[in-house]
Amino acid sequence: MTLFFQYLVSGLATGSIYALVALGLALIYRSTRILNFAHGDITTAGTFMAFTLLSLNLHWTLAFVIAIIFGSVLAMAFYFCVLVPAQRREATHLGQIILTLGLGLILQGLVSYFGGTVPQAFPFPLSDIKIYHLGEVVVSQLGLGTFIIGLLACLLFYLLVQKTRIGLAMRATSENLPAAQTMGIPTRRVLAFSWGLAALLGVIAGLFLAPALLLDPFFMLEPFLKGFAAAILGGLNSLPGAIVGGLILGVAESLAGGFISIAFKNTMAFVIIILVLLFRPEGLLGKEFKERV
Amino acid sequence: MDLIESYAEELQLIRRPWTRVWVGVLVAGLLLLPWYVSDSWITIATVIFIYSVGALGQNLLIGYTGQISFAQSAFLAIGAFTFGHLARFGIPWPLGLLAAGVSAGLFGLVVGIPSLRLKGPYLAIATLGFGVAVYQVFVNSEMLSGGRMGLIITKLAPPFGLSQINFNYYFYFLIALFFTLVTYNIISSFLGRAFIAVRDNDIAAEVIGVNLTRYKLIAFGISSFYTGVQGGLYGLFTGYLEPNMFTFMESVTLFVAVIIGGLASIEGSIFGAAFVILVPQLFGMIPALNDYKELVPAVYGVTILFVLIFQPLGIYGMWFKMRLYFRNWPFR
Repeated sequence: MTLFFQYLVSGLATGSIYALVALGLALIYRSTRILNFAHGDITTAGTFMAFTLLSLNLHWTLAFVIAIIFGSVLAMAFYFCVLVPAQRREATHLGQIILTLGLGLILQGLVSYFGGTVPQAFPFPLSDIKIYHLGEVVVSQLGLGTFIIGLLACLLFYLLVQKTRIGLAMRATSENLPAAQTMGIPTRRVLAFSWGLAALLGVIAGLFLAPALLLDPFFMLEPFLKGFAAAILGGLNSLPGAIVGGLILGVAESLAGGFISIAFKNTMAFVIIILVLLFRPEGLLGKEFKERV
Repeated sequence: MDLIESYAEELQLIRRPWTRVWVGVLVAGLLLLPWYVSDSWITIATVIFIYSVGALGQNLLIGYTGQISFAQSAFLAIGAFTFGHLARFGIPWPLGLLAAGVSAGLFGLVVGIPSLRLKGPYLAIATLGFGVAVYQVFVNSEMLSGGRMGLIITKLAPPFGLSQINFNYYFYFLIALFFTLVTYNIISSFLGRAFIAVRDNDIAAEVIGVNLTRYKLIAFGISSFYTGVQGGLYGLFTGYLEPNMFTFMESVTLFVAVIIGGLASIEGSIFGAAFVILVPQLFGMIPALNDYKELVPAVYGVTILFVLIFQPLGIYGMWFKMRLYFRNWPFR
């Protein structure tokens, strides 16, 4: 039983990272119907920014804040400089998704060139080795910090979307774009804000993930794909779904790795994707889609 | 542009007499290539031929049928390892290649089943999930992947005293030519038009009697057959297989080839295959660019942005406009 709780706790810590990634993906999907294939690479770029600043002996709070802002600005710049012109030229829906893939490739190339492809250890204020005892269950300082920051970010995000004026504008824009425009909402700026916010959540996830793994230009690929899986599991249209999906996926993965086989741990997420899409494509908390001719 | 008067004319591959001449010149030029180009370029051309088979298959799926797939790396791996294991049992290469294509095609049918319910982004994720899952199965299973040393495949011995490089060139050229011709025939037949109808409006297609289930699955099957054959050819060419040759990046590269070459065009697929092979090669060959090798994905990415915003039909679109300009010259 202790073992079960142990896996549960470590699963929740990983799950909160997946939840942050999934939240960013779901936010962009909900408001623009675009699957952001560049999400992982924007995150990587932000994390590398933090790494560079840290190696310049900057204080970590400052480095992290600059990295997060850098990631958001990158996403907003992509929205304004690439997606908006493409939409003016009536790019198809598939075309816009491919544009994000293009951005991902560009960032991947630039990060490999400037950051180097050699895996590096990421210095972090929280330690991976220092541990706390909760009853018989052991949790590392990093794991605990990840979980707390993840929940805090989700909570703040919820308050932003549900309780503020800009959150209302975001909800209106994702609900019905032309109607929001007629009501005088500056939809383009609101959408850019959504892109920035999504990147912000992603970079936070990346910063907490980098010390657990080694930092190289591809370190976000797998967490990003699992974030996708989490978003699908919860329903791509639903923000609470992304959080729930992330946590469930983290726990399921940890339990599968502990009780079935460690090789099965990584495949789990992709099996979940295929099963969910086959039996309940709208996800756990999403609304069922109806198609009209 | 062309006025077509009869069904027989519609089925014709080449409609104008001069096109016949140009195609003849092109094929003859490619056949004579080993005489006037150095060996390294011959090898690059060989790899382009191998790649164009997969790009053709991917274009049939994305460009003609409008179904997105990121599972190509899985089909490559399935085809390659099927071929590899069969080759070890001493099965001759034509049968091995067929088996590689068929096994990938069967898995393609399985992946195609979600495409009946899912569209666009959801399909992209489902196929992506399959691609990564297959990669991990191969990484984790030593029985399938041939263990830590990888799978060794004996290369074909060149007959008639040809050098290995020249023999490879002709061998893969003929196979690529075969697949190109087959693709032209698929596109100009009922099958190809059914694919295009599904892409343009699936509901309207179903109303006029195109069986959606059947044609979507056929598209997935054919596309993954091509990709599986590419995997087999690749194994035969390198003589060595390991799971790390078939990562997610491999799907992305094939995808990039189709987008940059030109959606829904056969020439475009080959142009695209040439692009994705030539760019990294140029970075390796030109000494001034050697230090910038990591920027290859960035070059792909920038090209994608330009293509999608300014030239949605890709390299084929540019070529088409150029041809139109010269054909109508001096009129506009």
